Amino acid sequence: MTLRDFIDKLLRRQPASATTAKERLQLVLAHDRSDLNPELLEQMRKEILEVVSRYVEIDLSEGDVSLETEDRVTALVANLPIRRAKVLPTQAAGTDAPESPEVSQEAEETAPVSEAEKETVAS
Amino acid sequence: MTSTGCRYILICSGKGGVGKTTLTANLGIALARQGMRTAVLDADFGLRNLDLLLGLENRIVYTAQDVLSETCRLEQALVKHKQEPDLALLPAGNPRMLEWLKPEDMQKIAAMLGEIHDIVLIDCPAGIEDGFKNAAAAAQEAIVITTPEVSAVRDADRVIGLLNTRGIKPIQMVLNRVRPKMMANQEMLAVDDVTDILALPLLGLVLEDEQVIVSTNRGEPLTLNGSNSPAATAYGNIARRICGEDVPLIDPSKVKQGLRAKFSRLMQTKIF
Repeated sequence: MTLRDFIDKLLRRQPASATTAKERLQLVLAHDRSDLNPELLEQMRKEILEVVSRYVEIDLSEGDVSLETEDRVTALVANLPIRRAKVLPTQAAGTDAPESPEVSQEAEETAPVSEAEKETVAS
Repeated sequence: MTSTGCRYILICSGKGGVGKTTLTANLGIALARQGMRTAVLDADFGLRNLDLLLGLENRIVYTAQDVLSETCRLEQALVKHKQEPDLALLPAGNPRMLEWLKPEDMQKIAAMLGEIHDIVLIDCPAGIEDGFKNAAAAAQEAIVITTPEVSAVRDADRVIGLLNTRGIKPIQMVLNRVRPKMMANQEMLAVDDVTDILALPLLGLVLEDEQVIVSTNRGEPLTLNGSNSPAATAYGNIARRICGEDVPLIDPSKVKQGLRAKFSRLMQTKIF
């Protein structure tokens, strides 16, 4: 962020058009390079959130799955703040698993935890 | 490709109108000035314009297609520049051509040019279809030219991807039509933004310059008449870098040194 961007933000002015251009380009290039259209990405995002929320309770309002590019390498970045670990149904229904309550408590204390999953798609 | 010491450089952009042909014409003259035997191959036969920018439009008799069909010899088809005899133009074909050239044809013609030249510049047509594929088939290295605009950068990115899959390297970048004042006001993508996004080394920066239009009107590239306009200097420097000389890049933020420019530069300080 440049000084100009910072002042623009303070005054709630529109950001400089070069900043907007850069952000738009990075986004569109991430899609171009990975050959994923926005609908497909949205579907993938939903499924990822679905799978992750099966295991841990995540903050859906803060969660973000997006494509980022750096040095012509595209990465899928998922930033999912974890509220708390879920007690897995198999463990809850089965014999009293000794470690599961401890795990959930620990997760509660350290939440939110940001998990970054990176997957390299062809350069 | 052939084992001769000739360099085959593709000049491409993806998007049309960003300055491929102007760069090819100016580099052709500048490289010939440095004593390099230079050939410029206009691979854009549908809408060819390199002849016009070099002022050679009335002297074209044959094309690469005539050479390939053995209607004439290569020496007959080459159009020597009047003031720079070390520069020769070869159009790939004419717009009324019945049969389109194939990638193998372009390779063959480039190899023939390579036997009697030190450097072959291939002016690539816009787009990423057959015209691009033909031109790229004849090249070993590439210069991607783009401007600090979203559409041009996006198209350049597509082209770079295609060049990478073809194993063409090195790929270097020329950033054209830079407006220092707009960059200082953050109303134009910064040089670093473009090089970061495209991840290519910068071969040259060309400032927006009205003299380019004047020179194309006359069919006399800026590098021909020793002009010291900003674009002329930039093209000359690019040619010297191609020959291996270490010429520093200009810094657009230092072009205008008024109080306003200093303030604009302060506003661009990265704070976090």
